[in-house]
Amino acid sequence: MSDIVTKNAWNALARFTQARIALGRAGTSLPTRPHLEFQFAHARARNAVHHPLDEQALSAALDERGIRSFVVHSAAPDRATYLQRPDLGRVPSEASKAYLGAFGASGFDVAIVVVDGLSAFAIEQNVLPFLDLLVPQLTAQGLGVAPVAVVRQGRVAIGDPIAEALGAKLVVVLIGERPGLSSPDSMGIYMTWAPAQGTTDAQRNCISNVRRDGLHYEEAVYKLMYLVSEAFRRGLSGVTLKDETASQARLAGGAGSNFLLE
Amino acid sequence: MPMYTHTVDHKVHAFDDLKDLLAKASPARSGDYLAGIAAADYEERVAAQMALAEVPLAQFLSEALIPYEEDEVTRLIIDRHDRQAFEAVAHLTVGDFRNWLLSDLATEDALARLAPGLTPEMAAAVSKIMRVQDLILVARKCRVVTAFRTTVGLPGRLSTRLQPNHPTDDPAGVSASLVDGLMYGSGDAVIGINPATDNVGAVMTLIHMLDAIIQRYSIPTQSCVLTHVTTSIEAINRGAPLDLVFQSVAGTEAANRSFGINLGVLREGHEAALSLKRGTVGNNVMYFETGQGSALSANAHHGVDQQTCEARAYAVARAFSPFLVNTVVGFIGPEYLYDGKQIIRAGLEDHFCGKLLGVPMGCDVCYTNHAEADQNDMDMLLTLLGVAGINFVMGIPGSDDVMLNYQTTSFHDALYVRKVLGARPAPEFEAWLEGVGIFSGDGRILADKTPGLFLDSIRKLGA
Repeated sequence: MSDIVTKNAWNALARFTQARIALGRAGTSLPTRPHLEFQFAHARARNAVHHPLDEQALSAALDERGIRSFVVHSAAPDRATYLQRPDLGRVPSEASKAYLGAFGASGFDVAIVVVDGLSAFAIEQNVLPFLDLLVPQLTAQGLGVAPVAVVRQGRVAIGDPIAEALGAKLVVVLIGERPGLSSPDSMGIYMTWAPAQGTTDAQRNCISNVRRDGLHYEEAVYKLMYLVSEAFRRGLSGVTLKDETASQARLAGGAGSNFLLE
Repeated sequence: MPMYTHTVDHKVHAFDDLKDLLAKASPARSGDYLAGIAAADYEERVAAQMALAEVPLAQFLSEALIPYEEDEVTRLIIDRHDRQAFEAVAHLTVGDFRNWLLSDLATEDALARLAPGLTPEMAAAVSKIMRVQDLILVARKCRVVTAFRTTVGLPGRLSTRLQPNHPTDDPAGVSASLVDGLMYGSGDAVIGINPATDNVGAVMTLIHMLDAIIQRYSIPTQSCVLTHVTTSIEAINRGAPLDLVFQSVAGTEAANRSFGINLGVLREGHEAALSLKRGTVGNNVMYFETGQGSALSANAHHGVDQQTCEARAYAVARAFSPFLVNTVVGFIGPEYLYDGKQIIRAGLEDHFCGKLLGVPMGCDVCYTNHAEADQNDMDMLLTLLGVAGINFVMGIPGSDDVMLNYQTTSFHDALYVRKVLGARPAPEFEAWLEGVGIFSGDGRILADKTPGLFLDSIRKLGA
C-alpha cells in the first residue's frame, strides 16, 4: 500500500510553514489521506459558516456572570439571504428597531455588541472567556457598560445603529470572522468611537484572529483597552488611531535566515 | 422613454438603455441582484438577451455606458479603438457576431486581427448570449502569447504561478512552499508572493530573496511581489531587482481610484519596469489581477453589470501589454458570485472576454469558505479552462493559502490538468525541469527519483 504513494523527501521543511507541503503523490495526484484531511478541514469551515448562534445559551451564560443582555436580529431573515445581501446584515430588523427604540438613547460609555458574523463557532468558543477579562477592566476604568447586544445574522456595521440607540459613546463589536481552512473559529474585534448610521470602516480599529491558537485573549484585551483609552482621550478612532502596543506576532518581512541561500 | 424593446407572445419587454439591457441580459449572479440591476425574472432575462442579439455592434461605439467625459477608462476604450480592425464585423449585430465567432471564418489569425477593433462592451455583450461550450470553443481559437524569461500561452502549453505565500513573509516559510512547488513542476508563469505588508523595505527584501533563488538555481522564470504599483516604483528607484510590476485593476475610473491608481500611475509603473530590461525572451513586464464585483464593492459601478465592468478592466490591462492577467474569480465572496455554478460561468466569461480582446488570461480558480462551492466545482472550472486554452493557473501547496485564507488550485491540480490534456509547461521552464531531473522527460511528468537540486540544503537541516 505504502509503495503506491510516492513520499516527498522534503518533510523537514514542514517546520517552517503551516502550508500543506510535502503531501506526497499517487501518480501525480493527491494521496487519499491528505485529500480527506483537506475535505474535513473544509467541512469544519462550512459548518462554522452555517452553524446558528445559540443566543439563548449565550444570554443565560452572560446572566450567570451578572451581565445583562438582549437579542437583536438583523434585516437578513436567513443565512442564504445574509450571505448575498451584506447591506441587510448591517441594519436591525423592523422588530429589533422597535425594541432598540425603547432604550431611548439612555446613555452609556461603552456598548458591547456580539455578532455571529460568518462563524458562530468563533463566538461560542471565544466570547465568554474574552468578556470575563474585558468587562472587569472596563468597569475598573470607571466606564459605564451597556447591556450586551447579541446579534443574529449580523455584519460589523450593525454595531453602529445599536450603539446609537443605546446612546453609547463607543462601540466594541465582537464578530465571527470568515473561517479559514485552518482557523474556523477566529473572532474579530472592531472598535468605533461615536458610532452612528453612516460611520465608515475607516473610522474603526480592528483586532483580528482572536482564538485559542491565534491572538490570545489577554493580549487582545490589552490591545483593546489601549485603543479604548486612547479613543476616550483623543475623541476619535480608526486610521488616525494606530495600535502602538508591541505585537507578539512580528512580521518577519523577508528578513532572517533562508536554508535555500545558505 | 425606453430605448430598447422586445416583444415575445404579445408581451413587450422594455429596457431603458444599453446599460440596462446588458445588465438584464446577464446570466444570474448575486452581485447584480445586490446592485439592484438584474433581470426581474427568468423570462425578462432571456427577452433581454433576445433584444441584445438584435443590437448592431456599431451601437457600442456611439452609446457609452459610462460617459466619456466622466471616466478615463471610457476615454481609453474609445480613443484606442481601431476602426480598421473593426471593419471585419462592423456590419454585424451581437447575435450575428456570436454566429461569426463560432463559424470557421473566425480563425486564429482573424481573431487576432480583430482584437484591437473590439471594445470590452462588445465582448461582454456577446458573452451574455453564449453558452459554456461557446465560451470554450471561441476562447480556444484565440491565442495570446507573451514573454519575459519564459514564453507563456503557446499551443499545448499550460503554465502556473507558484504562490508561496506565508502569513509573516518568513523567508524559510516562503522557501519551503517554493521548493514544494518547483519539485512539482510549478512556477513557469511567475513565482509570485502576496506580501503580508506593503512596507517598501519588506517588499524589497522579498524581491532580493526571489532574485537570489532564481539566480542561484538558474531557474528560467520571473518573480513578482504583489504589492501596490507605487511601492514597486519606489522599490525600482531604490535599485530592487524587480521583474514584473503588479497591480489590481478594475473597469471604471472610480474603482481604480479606490485602488489608489489611475492610468497615469500604471504608465509610470510600466515605464519603470521596462527601464530595467530584465526580460530575456520578451519584454512584457506587467502582472494585473482583476475580478467581477470589484467595481460594485467600491461603489463605483455606475449601474453597469459586474461582468461588463470586468471586461472593461481588460481594456485597462491591454493598454500596457501585460505578461499575465489573472481573474481572481472566486475570491470576492458569495455576495458577488454565490455558488460554484456562478463562479464557473464567470471564470469562463472572463477568460473568453480577455482572450477575445487580446489579453493573456490566466485564472485563479478559487473559492472562500462562505461561498456555496467546493473542490469539485474547482475541478470543473479548472478542467473547462484547460480545454479552453487558459494561459496559466495558480499553484499552491495542497490548495490551501495560509496567508489569504482561501482555496485555490494546488501543484497536484496543475499536474492533473496537464496530464489529462497533454499540456506542457513553458518551453524554457520545461527544459530546466528536465535538465535538473524534476520531470522525467519521457511523458510521465514527474521523475521517479527525487532530484538532488535542493536536497543538500534540506539535509543540512537534519531530520
